Amino acid sequence: MRRYVIRRVAQAVGVLWAAYTVVFLVLDYLPGDPVAAMAGQGDQTAVDPAQLDRLRARYGFDKPVLVQYLDYLGRAVRGDFGDSVATGRPVTGMLAAAVPQTLQVTVAGMALAVLFGGGLAVLATYTRRRWLRSLLLSLPPLGVSVPVFWTGLLLVELFSFRLHVFPAFGDDGPRGLVLPAVALAILPGAMIAQVLAKSLLDTLDEPYAQTARAKGAGRARVHLRHALRNAALPALTVAGVLVGQLMANSVVIETVFSRNGVGRLTASAVTAQDIPVVQGVVVFAALVFVLVNLAVDLVYPLLDPRIAGAAAR
Amino acid sequence: MSAPLLEISDLAVSYRARAGRVAAVRGVSLAVAPGEIVALVGESGSGKSTLAHAVLRLLADNAAIDGGHVRFGDQDIAALSDRELRAVRGRGIGFVPQDPAVSLNPVLRVGDQVAEALRLHGLATRRSARLDAVEVLERVGLPDPAVRARQYPHELSGGMRQRVLIAVAIAARPKLIVADEPTSALDVTVQRRILDRLQDLTEELGSAVLLVTHDLGVAADRADRIAVMSRGRIVESGPARRTLAEPAHPYTRRLIRSAPSLATARAAGPAPVLDKPSGEPPLVAAEGLVKEYRLPRAAGAARTVRAVDGVDLEVRRGETLALVGESGSGKSTTARLVLRLVPATAGRIVFDGEDVTAARGARLRALRRRAQLVYQNPYASLDPRLSVGATITEPLRVFGVGDRASRTARARELLDRVALPADALRRRPAELSGGQRQRVAIARALALSPDLVVCDEPVSALDVSVQARVLDLLAELQADLGVAYLLISHDLAVVRQVAHRVAVLRAGRVVETGATADLFDRPAHPYTRELLAAIPGGGRRPHSEESP
Amino acid sequence: MSRTLNKEPTAEPAVLRAADPPEAAPPGRAAPGLGRFLLRRPGLVLAALVAAAVVLAAFWPDLFTSRDPLTGVPAQRFSAPGGAHWFGTDELGRDVFARMVHGAALSMRATLIAVALAFVGGGLVGLVAGFVGGRVEGVLMRAVDVVLSIPALFLSLALVTALGYGTVKVAVAVGVASVATFARVMRAEVLKVRQAVYVEAARSCGARWYTVLARHVLPNAAGPVVVLATLDFGTAILAVSSLSFLGYGAPPPAPEWGTVIAGGRNYLANAWWLTVLPGAVIAATVLAANRIARALDGEWARRR
Repeated sequence: MRRYVIRRVAQAVGVLWAAYTVVFLVLDYLPGDPVAAMAGQGDQTAVDPAQLDRLRARYGFDKPVLVQYLDYLGRAVRGDFGDSVATGRPVTGMLAAAVPQTLQVTVAGMALAVLFGGGLAVLATYTRRRWLRSLLLSLPPLGVSVPVFWTGLLLVELFSFRLHVFPAFGDDGPRGLVLPAVALAILPGAMIAQVLAKSLLDTLDEPYAQTARAKGAGRARVHLRHALRNAALPALTVAGVLVGQLMANSVVIETVFSRNGVGRLTASAVTAQDIPVVQGVVVFAALVFVLVNLAVDLVYPLLDPRIAGAAAR
Repeated sequence: MSAPLLEISDLAVSYRARAGRVAAVRGVSLAVAPGEIVALVGESGSGKSTLAHAVLRLLADNAAIDGGHVRFGDQDIAALSDRELRAVRGRGIGFVPQDPAVSLNPVLRVGDQVAEALRLHGLATRRSARLDAVEVLERVGLPDPAVRARQYPHELSGGMRQRVLIAVAIAARPKLIVADEPTSALDVTVQRRILDRLQDLTEELGSAVLLVTHDLGVAADRADRIAVMSRGRIVESGPARRTLAEPAHPYTRRLIRSAPSLATARAAGPAPVLDKPSGEPPLVAAEGLVKEYRLPRAAGAARTVRAVDGVDLEVRRGETLALVGESGSGKSTTARLVLRLVPATAGRIVFDGEDVTAARGARLRALRRRAQLVYQNPYASLDPRLSVGATITEPLRVFGVGDRASRTARARELLDRVALPADALRRRPAELSGGQRQRVAIARALALSPDLVVCDEPVSALDVSVQARVLDLLAELQADLGVAYLLISHDLAVVRQVAHRVAVLRAGRVVETGATADLFDRPAHPYTRELLAAIPGGGRRPHSEESP
Repeated sequence: MSRTLNKEPTAEPAVLRAADPPEAAPPGRAAPGLGRFLLRRPGLVLAALVAAAVVLAAFWPDLFTSRDPLTGVPAQRFSAPGGAHWFGTDELGRDVFARMVHGAALSMRATLIAVALAFVGGGLVGLVAGFVGGRVEGVLMRAVDVVLSIPALFLSLALVTALGYGTVKVAVAVGVASVATFARVMRAEVLKVRQAVYVEAARSCGARWYTVLARHVLPNAAGPVVVLATLDFGTAILAVSSLSFLGYGAPPPAPEWGTVIAGGRNYLANAWWLTVLPGAVIAATVLAANRIARALDGEWARRR
């Protein structure tokens, strides 16, 4: 088991390093002249060449690419992503200030998604009323098709401007959290519902579910004790992947609700072509994603003894 | 005879399909007396499994009982409420499912799964259930039951899992046990021990058994009465001995005739003999074949596993050599080594005087042209997207033999040889039955007129009556074309019908080789004797010692 | 597998194939009429109609509207949806329906580029990894893992930062971000097919590797990847419109779908139709693409 944990952690570190490299290549290598892009946003004629050279020296772009890369990597390992071009403040500090906002809304969104998505799947597969089942199962395909910015705006239109129940914008207090969390929860909730419902139905068809019925177990017992635990495994894997989408959608949702989180930081950095900030944010997103999936990998053997057996070896 | 324990009368079950309702069981009546073993025999699709499930109302969602009664004691199972049904399942009627590999919940400990059967019927408390479960596991002959009870299903072998499933079925001491092909997925020696144990336990408990099986041999050994089912109806039923000795219905007669195990048990007909001088050099000779597989990331001493451990064999022209062994004996790997589909770790393969052990490129293709393979599973070995014609002519096209017209002509000729209609040429595999698909696979193997055809379990995925016809076809083709077969089989009964010589494989080694008749009449090695004894249909033998 | 082969399946109408005499083929299933197939699936028909309308709008916007998407009539600012203006008008008096119709060309082009890039790029990577195997596979799939560890939209945003704004650049950013997913599915399918018995059968007949690849592996592995491409259509529409909503698409007067909604956002309180109706168009298009993908998936599943 210890070997399994060590191997998984080492893999995660390796992936993270490689992800950093990809981001470096995309952001510092692809634009050709990042400094010109930073200074003039592509409009090079307006910038004084001497100023450009100074900028180049400051960001190290006058050195060979490999030296730049190692230099940046060394600093990134220590948690230093340089300073923002737009504000001059350290990227790490800006991130640290923005993370709590985003954490609140994504955790709330994920909790809602698991609760309602999982509940929907269990109810839809348990009920014997055909109309209820088909009604419930028709919701998830709808949920994965709506653009997240649109649901956000619809919620604002309805609950803020018409009904005046929740505030439309801003990031103070739990009441401001409700609408963005609901908007964020729809997509992952629908995905969880789809995956869990399908794997529940598959599991209920397995011969071991029949063995349980043959013992005299009732529907609820077969459903919850025998099927759900097996069916939850694929849903758990999907939930790990969904965290990435949740973060991505928070970029849009924080823009819609004007919340000062990581997402808004990202959007404004891309608009300003503030490369150090974009770099920091993207690496941060990869870090969170890798950590969540590492956690899923480590929890998996606790739920599935077959994996635990393989891991113990 | 006392009042029946189970009385099925005029039962009809149908499935809802796209094209409307399809009847699976059509007005079946059957009775089981207390303590009696009744075997329900039929081929796939006969409705026997549906009938067994209907007894516990364990039918699929798209199935419905259309009429009739299932009386168990004084209750009609077809009319019970869910709550009443739960009380009968497990307590009144126990169920042993078909496939032990997938019938236990993979995330629960086996002891808890047995204990659940006790607790559901209030026969144990949470605390006592654990110990009681261990005791039940001990009774079904699971070694180290206390240790095993704490393990998960994937840590147990197939035979052990089936014992656990039997433990689940008998835990609440039901009066009737419905066993749906309980040992079809297991090796013959394991099958025999498990059926022995099931029979002893039910005798001890005084339970009756409804044993569903496709194997007349198993039915003959175990049952007091036999009911033969075909196309949703019981065509014949009666005391086991009489049904087998004087079958009244033509279908029963056909089934008995084609059941290889029964034929062997009665030593019907002489084994095939090759009338050729043995001085001639062999077509294929393998010497000291070894195949090692590396285990992925396994810690501990053994990092490799020897699937094949020094096998010598020879196949002469026009001869059938059977390679017999249980699962994991290395027989399929040996076949693939001979065909050079997997590289050998050590040893030598000589094909028609030429050493092909390390042949590559053109020489390897020359070998492919002269040695072909027929697979076990005709559902998987044909590309679903190619028509039958394209499948059969593929070897010809690959070797650039003839033009399109001559290849099509050859395909027609081959179809005729394997007794398929010419209009099958344009069909796709999905439109053919299993037996027909296997004929297509045989036609493909013969397209290039090879000297050797390796048949890997060619009939084990087919129904018995179809098996017999495919085996006849293979023998006929050999007589006409002089092709040699290397026949891989787990089923000694099949081997007896078609093989000239037999090699018995165990754990990667050949333990005994001999002419078929000699080997069956005078087996030298104890393992061969055990295999022969385990063939169902020979009558129940005194207990051999129990081991999983 | 063999479990369901030679024994009676209990969950399916066993009798369909079993009631025939043992060696007779099941009756050749008459192809169910397309009409009846569709009649039972009104949702699918609707989805096909929506998809057709969007495609038509992308190529021949004049079929749907004769109004100009870029110049408005100031006197008709903020008029609510009605007979004259189906989706109402915006702050410059432009007809929102006309803007959406003309925007279809931009948004569909971006979506098409994104999907094609992901399909071709990912398909090739997956095919090579799955078929060649060994070290090549190891390297390629590690790279895919790495790209997958960066959430897609963040990778797209990084690419937009590097490449700059515009419809095509956004499309490329979205496409590149989903290459890894396609590579993964393609490889899994190729591996599955490559291990299929009929592929070994072809090999044991003496077929060369390229024959096996072209005749057996590709046709049998392509199905799920084609389904993924249809499914990715919906995903790509959402991603492209999200990026143009954030302002990285074509510059403002151009009526890209996301841009239209972003513009309407400022008037949420007094002109609901500026956001609600264009958003509904996007949702309907994505829903249609997903429904068609599901139908294709079913078809493929049944053919195997």
